[in-house]
Amino acid sequence: MNFLAMHFPISGTDISPVYLVVIGFLIGILGGFFGVGGSFIAGPALRAIGMHWNFAVGTDLAHIVGKSVVAAKRHRALGNVDLKLGLIMALGTIGGAEVGAQLIQMLKRQGNVDFVVSIISIAVYFSISFFMVWESWRTVRLQRKKGGTTEKGRHAKDESSFAGLTRLVHRVPLWPMISLPTSGVKAVSLWVIVVVSFIGGLFSGFLGGGAGYIRMPMMVYILGIPTHLAVGTDLFEIIISASYGTFSHAIKGNVDILVALVMNTGAAVGAQIGAILTQYFAGPKIRLLFVPIPLIGVAIVLYTLFTGHKL
Amino acid sequence: MKSDTRKTLYSFLGELVVYGLLVTAYFFLVLHFLGDWLAHLNKENVKLYSLACIGLIIGQAVVLEWVTTFIFRLLRGRSE
Repeated sequence: MNFLAMHFPISGTDISPVYLVVIGFLIGILGGFFGVGGSFIAGPALRAIGMHWNFAVGTDLAHIVGKSVVAAKRHRALGNVDLKLGLIMALGTIGGAEVGAQLIQMLKRQGNVDFVVSIISIAVYFSISFFMVWESWRTVRLQRKKGGTTEKGRHAKDESSFAGLTRLVHRVPLWPMISLPTSGVKAVSLWVIVVVSFIGGLFSGFLGGGAGYIRMPMMVYILGIPTHLAVGTDLFEIIISASYGTFSHAIKGNVDILVALVMNTGAAVGAQIGAILTQYFAGPKIRLLFVPIPLIGVAIVLYTLFTGHKL
Repeated sequence: MKSDTRKTLYSFLGELVVYGLLVTAYFFLVLHFLGDWLAHLNKENVKLYSLACIGLIIGQAVVLEWVTTFIFRLLRGRSE
């Protein structure tokens, strides 16, 4: 890890820039393809080379901002960003993140934050993976029953076996109703979008990172946003919410911006490659490939919980 | 290996080499000079440091996106 080690004076650590660039590159690919921040990998990766947890969390948020700018710009060029939806969601996310952070403070005062957060994160990550396997498998079976589709990649029809739930959510008559022409949604209550983004923000504040692992599935299944658009819009929304998180952590002295800048050089290439790759996969396939991502988080939390060691 | 796949792989490797050289130069020139100034700013004025963090990470991301897109286009001879 000390190959060509460079001194980072803000966090007082010596880290190889090659290591940071490689980690950034890998997380960039994940982010560009799935629309997730990759905090469940970046945090432990920074911790593994001796950075304190508070710096790992804050620096990771700063890196997420940079990576999401690159990936969102690429997705915007591919027509995968719904700006109107992203801006509305940013408001709910910031509110949810604050509530999540307050819950953490409350658990901290009770002295059981590590145990409670570990158990909840395992349950959440595992449930998301299980649900997405089940849903994607059902959708693929449904498509085969209908005779399948000859179109491949993003041009294939983005079907979901939860279309019934989506229609039900779209009919919730809570004023004001808004339309999202870019996402093909004729009318949906503004409050439904705010609640969905608030839940995403709550997870972000409570479990850390951008919480794309929960926001992206909710956008697809509850709001009925096509998968490609959900990935791009989620990244755009993460720019705003992670910027807020970075500022908040930087004020508390938890951000080594130099480490984030170096990681971001690798992420810039990875994020572009990830975004381009989405063109070659249909919606259910992207969702199915997403499944191992939360499971990596489960493995890391279980390791920490049972061994007492941090990676 | 199909000729299209080989061509894509070669241009990707070319992109990585060019990008690697640019990043190395960036580390030694820019971060070397920025490091001490940012460490000082973090101690002296944390609010300004927090704003600088956001500005730097977004600014760098935009520039890197331009650079990578330019390299992609230059080496492939067509727009993405």
